[in-house]
Amino acid sequence: MATDARRAVEAVWRIESARLIAGLARMVRDVGLAEELAQDALVSALEQWPEAGVPRNPGAWLMTAAKNRAVDLIRRRQNYQRKLEQIGRDTEHDHAPDASTGVGDINDDLLRLVFTACHPVLSTEAQVALTLRMLGGLATDEIARAFLVPESTVAQRIVRAKKTLAKANVPFEVPAEDERDARLASVLGVIYLIFNEGYSATAGDDWMRPGLCEDALRLARVLAGLMPREPEVHGLVALLEIQASRARARVGPNGEPVLLLDQNRARWDQLLIRRGLEALAKAESLGGAAGPYALQAAIAACHARARTAEETDWTRIAGLYEALALVTPSPVVALNHAVAISMAFGPAIGLELVDELLEEPALKGYHLLPSVRGDLLVKLGRNDEARTEFERAAGLTRNERERKLLLDRAAAC
Amino acid sequence: MRFMVIVKATAETEAGVQPSEEVITQMHAFNEELVKAGVMLAGEGLHPSSKGARVFFSGDERTVVDGPFAETKELIAGFWLLEVKSLEEAVEWVKRVPNPTGEQSQIEIRQVFSSEDFENAPQEIIDRENELRARADARG
Repeated sequence: MATDARRAVEAVWRIESARLIAGLARMVRDVGLAEELAQDALVSALEQWPEAGVPRNPGAWLMTAAKNRAVDLIRRRQNYQRKLEQIGRDTEHDHAPDASTGVGDINDDLLRLVFTACHPVLSTEAQVALTLRMLGGLATDEIARAFLVPESTVAQRIVRAKKTLAKANVPFEVPAEDERDARLASVLGVIYLIFNEGYSATAGDDWMRPGLCEDALRLARVLAGLMPREPEVHGLVALLEIQASRARARVGPNGEPVLLLDQNRARWDQLLIRRGLEALAKAESLGGAAGPYALQAAIAACHARARTAEETDWTRIAGLYEALALVTPSPVVALNHAVAISMAFGPAIGLELVDELLEEPALKGYHLLPSVRGDLLVKLGRNDEARTEFERAAGLTRNERERKLLLDRAAAC
Repeated sequence: MRFMVIVKATAETEAGVQPSEEVITQMHAFNEELVKAGVMLAGEGLHPSSKGARVFFSGDERTVVDGPFAETKELIAGFWLLEVKSLEEAVEWVKRVPNPTGEQSQIEIRQVFSSEDFENAPQEIIDRENELRARADARG
């Protein structure tokens, strides 16, 4: 029974925690404190619910418990009178997370929380940890497991991040117009980073950590609900939905990675593809076709629309990569552009473009450069050179499954 | 993980009675909650079984029987497809489904199979799955 109640508390937490923290943060104007108050309420729930049962409106219960705790805490502080008044005012038009109290305010609070968790005074690692913790409802040990770091590291990261926010006096607000685009870009970047960490695990035995992908996708969908007029948010949702649609097909029977063009398309998740295409259409209808995520989503959509690998519209993909290189020029985009060109116009011209990237410092340790080069060399019948490239790529990847795949390819040359 | 949340039919849904405006408004608000929380993948309402059909299988024989079907309580009036962390989370969401008319009804929650479910499956099932996959591959 006790474990049942515990699991029920965890489920409620997953649903309510972000709204709870966001609502509290508006009251106390301190996300760190808000998060602690919310955690205290969670502890109370874990103590009381197994005995008394899960309350009828668990969100409101948690909010009341947290507010009571806030009042206790603030009483002991110098400026308690002022803050107490503020809480009193806020309590009057109760912001308990409840579907019936109108969602407008709580949405504003959630947006403020998103932008605070991804504030530029924080390191990317801290932004990721805070976002997962405060918006994703993940516990410290879950974040630690997802990123393969010790729990104490994550705990420290979160404590330090909260201190940094407090010290820098970061206001709990949605950024002003002039910095909004840049701030939104960093929010989207954090979510994409979380997704990618799950989608192609950078280290370890797993090729994917699906739980992390689901967390990122959920965050992106939540953000799209909060900012329905921002095309790039829909672009990111589109990209993640379509990439996630391939999760089942990316792993072979023995856990080995299966490359996009070799995947069994019957195993692609058509529901997620449809959702992705809809989100892309939404991004485009809002005038965001040229945004970096919308462009990447459009490329992913080209693959998703092709019934077989042979039907892929590589000319269109090459054009989209060219557009992407204009908005976010990077050696990795250039490499992908070269691959698309080689598929559209032949391996020789592709190899020429790839060779232009050989001196690129940013790609020095990037295993996909020799891997792509190996691929093109095989197509050109230059097997000896290809073998060396695959071996070099195998030496560069930190993912065990991928290393094995590359060594197999080297052996086959 | 994904759950199919199955709304069971009632005499009204089977009779094709349109829900009241209040029910529609509350359901719409609830759907919006689900979408905003990022957990709703899909959801549809179904026409009464009188507009449906069943196909019965026995060996090579196929028998088509048109609706309506008996056992109203066992029929389905609609569904949601939710992506959540646990059965408990799905239950928490379903407990929040509005019931403005106060009538007795039933919602069933069933987990959808995913590829992870087959990882620890008996070898026989894995083989069958692989064979299926191979056949699908052969078709192109």
